[in-house]
Amino acid sequence: MSLVIDRTIVTDPYQRIADDETIPERGAVLVSLAAWQANAQNLRERSDPIGVLLRSDEHPEAIAEHLAELQLVALDFPTFRDGRAYSYARLLRERFGFTGELRAVGDVALEQLHYMERVGFDAFEIDSDDPLAAVATADRDFSVWYQPSGYRRPSAAQLRSGVKPPAAA
Amino acid sequence: MYRYDEFDRTLVDERVEQFRRQVQSRISGELSEDRFKPLRLMNGLYLQLHAYMLRVNVPYGCLSSDQMRKLAHVARTYDRGFGHFTTRQNIQYNWIKLEETPDLLAELATVEMNAMQSSGNCVRNITADHYAGRARDEIEDPRVWCEILRQYSILNPEFSYLPRKFKIAVTGSPHDRAAVGVHDIGLRMHHNAAGQPGFEVLVGGGQGRTPVIGKTIRDWIEPEHIVSYVEAILRIYNLYGRRDNMYKARIKILVNALGIDKYRELVEAEWAEIRDGVLKIEPAETARIDAYFQAPAYERLEDLGDELKAIGRVEPAFGAWLRSNVVDHITTGYAIVNLSLKAPGKIPGDLSADKMDRVADLADEFSLGQLRVSHRQNLVLVDVRQDDLHTLWQELDAIGLATPNIGLASDIIACPGLDYCALANARSIPIAQDIGLHFADSDKLQRVGNLTINVSGCMNACGHHHVGNIGILGVDKRGKEFFQLTLGGSSDENASLGDRVGPGLPQSEVPAAIERIVDLYLEIREDDECFLDTYRRAGMEPFRQVVYGAGDAGQEAA
Repeated sequence: MSLVIDRTIVTDPYQRIADDETIPERGAVLVSLAAWQANAQNLRERSDPIGVLLRSDEHPEAIAEHLAELQLVALDFPTFRDGRAYSYARLLRERFGFTGELRAVGDVALEQLHYMERVGFDAFEIDSDDPLAAVATADRDFSVWYQPSGYRRPSAAQLRSGVKPPAAA
Repeated sequence: MYRYDEFDRTLVDERVEQFRRQVQSRISGELSEDRFKPLRLMNGLYLQLHAYMLRVNVPYGCLSSDQMRKLAHVARTYDRGFGHFTTRQNIQYNWIKLEETPDLLAELATVEMNAMQSSGNCVRNITADHYAGRARDEIEDPRVWCEILRQYSILNPEFSYLPRKFKIAVTGSPHDRAAVGVHDIGLRMHHNAAGQPGFEVLVGGGQGRTPVIGKTIRDWIEPEHIVSYVEAILRIYNLYGRRDNMYKARIKILVNALGIDKYRELVEAEWAEIRDGVLKIEPAETARIDAYFQAPAYERLEDLGDELKAIGRVEPAFGAWLRSNVVDHITTGYAIVNLSLKAPGKIPGDLSADKMDRVADLADEFSLGQLRVSHRQNLVLVDVRQDDLHTLWQELDAIGLATPNIGLASDIIACPGLDYCALANARSIPIAQDIGLHFADSDKLQRVGNLTINVSGCMNACGHHHVGNIGILGVDKRGKEFFQLTLGGSSDENASLGDRVGPGLPQSEVPAAIERIVDLYLEIREDDECFLDTYRRAGMEPFRQVVYGAGDAGQEAA
């Protein structure tokens, strides 16, 4: 399992805390929605980054009012067939205005990366021998698409009306 | 019709190359079949009983003659020389090799065709009235909205892993030829009280094992909001549709579980958030797409209706064809011509490569190069001059595509059934062939008049048996094929689901049972009542008695 952000494999700074574990006093932590709700006051008093992991049946409305306190939201794909988190991602980015790290976790593989990026994910936990190759392949697949969404690159309709794509990174 | 610009073209080309990579990964073993299956399905490729089947989109049923020639080429080069037109206005090839599909798709891309999302748990081909843009009763040509919805739905990042497949149909006419009531979303153009055209939006219709007629979620919406409204419907479905049981995952189950009022409340709240955002369709975009659907420059011609009728009296075969296969055109002096793919004894919807080529030539010669596929599995030439009709009829007759049976008893919808399909319980094709031969007598066919007979080989209902005036459903009973009859189904603007007559019949008894049903109708109909109206008036009982006899045989559970 590798965490890929900005086409680079990075060491995950967040410690994932199981619900029956005690939240450490220091260090970035990723906790479940239930744990965050149970410990919100304590967590707010810590100065280190906090992330919340939402299961695919947990709607981000539950954290919408507290997004300013969160540096990371992780959305789980229990199986690649479960597409709820694509909608959650758009709601987080476009409706609730979340600007922190939006991470795809669970059953995350090459063929979903393109869609995930376009709905607003910017971090990916990929189970692959060569996760950077997967990301590079997904990058190459499409240079154009129809739907406007919160993603940084313009849609075909925007290109048709003269919007310039950003220069390659 | 719509033509690709550089963006459409690039996207389709890139999808072909992506699929090539996916196929190579499958062949090399890098991708498991479990992982590959949803990927190939999202590109229309099924693994069937004997081979791969590829379903190619015909967007809202519109085809050019060049596209038809390419379909013929594909049939000849990659299949066994024929293709099968489906109830969703698409074409299927039944004998495809996995390793050849990327090249096949690359060839289709050269004529602006693709197989994107013709299967899978995503938004499928948008279907429409096959007379769109040419029908006399039409309010507006729905194809501009179909194309806008097509672009919106293709490779949509949010809605490519829905709980289940999702089908949208659109009609621009009050008379519904697109069966919008049995789709996940049905759009029906009509005028509001102020006289403005807009869409009634139906949601949660569908067939399959739980047939439901769609419910009105919104009585009228301005077309410029149609994409945002569809997005709101899709988002609520994506979030709350069931994912634990594939048989309970369609939107109709969610709508029924919540009730239409609750579903509407959720959708309207979601829509309020997005209605004036980026999905609102600007007039410039509507105009850009609409330009592709402008009517061709018709010549000023006299109406030849009376002259044609006179010829029809002298040549009864031509007269019968005129009555059943030719439809009034919006422009004086022109006609819409249906090509029947239901000649007696033939497989409904099948067409050989040679005939596809010939049809393409006839489209060029007689119909400005434009063709349609109907959801009843026939083809249509939409721009035929009335003074060409007799010549065209002779040409069509020569290739067996002038059977005068459109909308009549032998114009049968049938799924591929157990002859091809991995899901089927029974063979639908032989039943359709038997009934077709039974009604080969043109006089009787004309006397019976409008009657839809639809055949499905299993409860998934690809042959639309629930909405056939007479529906035939193949079931497996202890390893044997039986066929259950339903009566009273309809997919038009007064859509209804058929009622079951009684226990299933063996294949050999089906044609005779249909004959007894039809004969009873002829006996008891009042004035010029069609079959459906007679059934709705007289009810099931007299029909049940002629199928099973007067005793209680019909009461036994199948």
